[in-house]
Amino acid sequence: MTNSLIKNWPLARRKNALEQRAKIIRKIRQFFSERGFLEVETPHRIPAPAPESHVDAVLSGKWFLHASPELCMKRMLAAGYEKIFQICRCWREGERGSQHVPEFTLLEWYRVESDYLTLMDECEALIQCLAVEIGSGESVTYRGYNVFLASPWERISVEEAFHRYAKISAKETLRQDLFDEVMVQDIEPRLGIKKPAFIYDYPSERRSLARLKKEDPAVAERFELYLGGLEIANAFSELIDAKEQREVFQLEMETRRSLGKNIYPVPERFLDEMEEMPPSAGIALGVDRLVMVLLNAKTIDEVVAFTPEEL
Amino acid sequence: MYTASDLRKGLKVTIDNEPYIVTAFEFSKPGKGQALYRTKLKNMITGSTIDRTYREGDAFESASLEERVMQYLYKEGDHHYFMDNQTYEQTIINEDALGEAKYFLIDNLNVKVLMFREKAIGVELPNFVNLRVIKTEMWVKGDTSKADYKPATIETGYELRIPPFVQEGELITIDTRNGEYSTRVKE
Repeated sequence: MTNSLIKNWPLARRKNALEQRAKIIRKIRQFFSERGFLEVETPHRIPAPAPESHVDAVLSGKWFLHASPELCMKRMLAAGYEKIFQICRCWREGERGSQHVPEFTLLEWYRVESDYLTLMDECEALIQCLAVEIGSGESVTYRGYNVFLASPWERISVEEAFHRYAKISAKETLRQDLFDEVMVQDIEPRLGIKKPAFIYDYPSERRSLARLKKEDPAVAERFELYLGGLEIANAFSELIDAKEQREVFQLEMETRRSLGKNIYPVPERFLDEMEEMPPSAGIALGVDRLVMVLLNAKTIDEVVAFTPEEL
Repeated sequence: MYTASDLRKGLKVTIDNEPYIVTAFEFSKPGKGQALYRTKLKNMITGSTIDRTYREGDAFESASLEERVMQYLYKEGDHHYFMDNQTYEQTIINEDALGEAKYFLIDNLNVKVLMFREKAIGVELPNFVNLRVIKTEMWVKGDTSKADYKPATIETGYELRIPPFVQEGELITIDTRNGEYSTRVKE
């Protein structure tokens, strides 16, 4: 800094973090290209977002800014694209905190003829390779924790995690309408402390767009990845039954209605083309959060060029 | 009336008919779950602190406190003296009740003193105050090796991080809402 009168010092001092961020994103692209994935770009502005109870899409004219590129990318799977990835901006109304900005960057990737277990392995390989790229090697230090990245990472089911850390079953918390509170207060802070952790097999009530487990339909093949207590990614063995998906969407819509939230049009084209979707797995990973962990940043503000308050 | 999404550090709300101030705040949203607003709230009368987690739709009454504009005079031990700008009456506020505001009080500063049943229970500062750096590392002009913050102490004894180019003796603007450096004041 040769100029001693920089007005926007918070921005100036983020230069190093933003350089590292660019390096991480370049490496992500290289990682997926080398694995035979096609990089795609789907529209940011869409007419019908996936109805989810607690994700509020930002209105843009009569359409919406996407909260995730999920639906368009799945239509590509249905049309014969086998391995695709995308790094894009997404918008979610009202999400702001030390780990949230309402406009953020997602990495999503999808692969046909795979399930969520394949994605766990792929997450390990990706993040190990990124840690090497930024020179942190076999472990990352985040929030004072030294998280070792060597495989295999911890894999713990939702039910097991609730029993171990909250001494209550996940089903019981759902019955009492306390699932989210217990998750945030008792479970999340303990996930991914010594090693990154995959918490998997969510109760069917929290299936979202995941398929139910054949051997145990009370849970869905969905996982979340945590590093140092921070949620980094959400993945599914994808639900490919259009009829079932329509029912899930209807339930989500009803929840939205009961919470007084706006109702989106039904994504009919997606549901129609879903009938041709092969068995697949897909994952959304928060790039800003991943950069936070790799650079040991306390808040998301440190790894983005501008926060909404700075505009 | 506030809803949970208005919660932030410094917000004053009424709980069980008593005024509380939010002293810590965290927005959480477990994967695909609902938004949760985790707070630490300090009772502005008793000083005791509670942890509460709120959901998106939860509503609050704002704390009904009378505000009086007063000038900060001086401090004696734990007592901070203020003078009402209209009546010239003096009011004492204890250091505990001031919380972090004690770091940003300088002589003659006008603040809003918060009254609950005729008792002064806290102050509301202007968003920005100018304070002088009394201790920090030297910076050599043109040194690009340390493009980060360095520790500094200001005249009230408060410690914070400032850009390397700010020198000892200079006046800086501090954002009292988060206690962070904002800009350097040209004198």
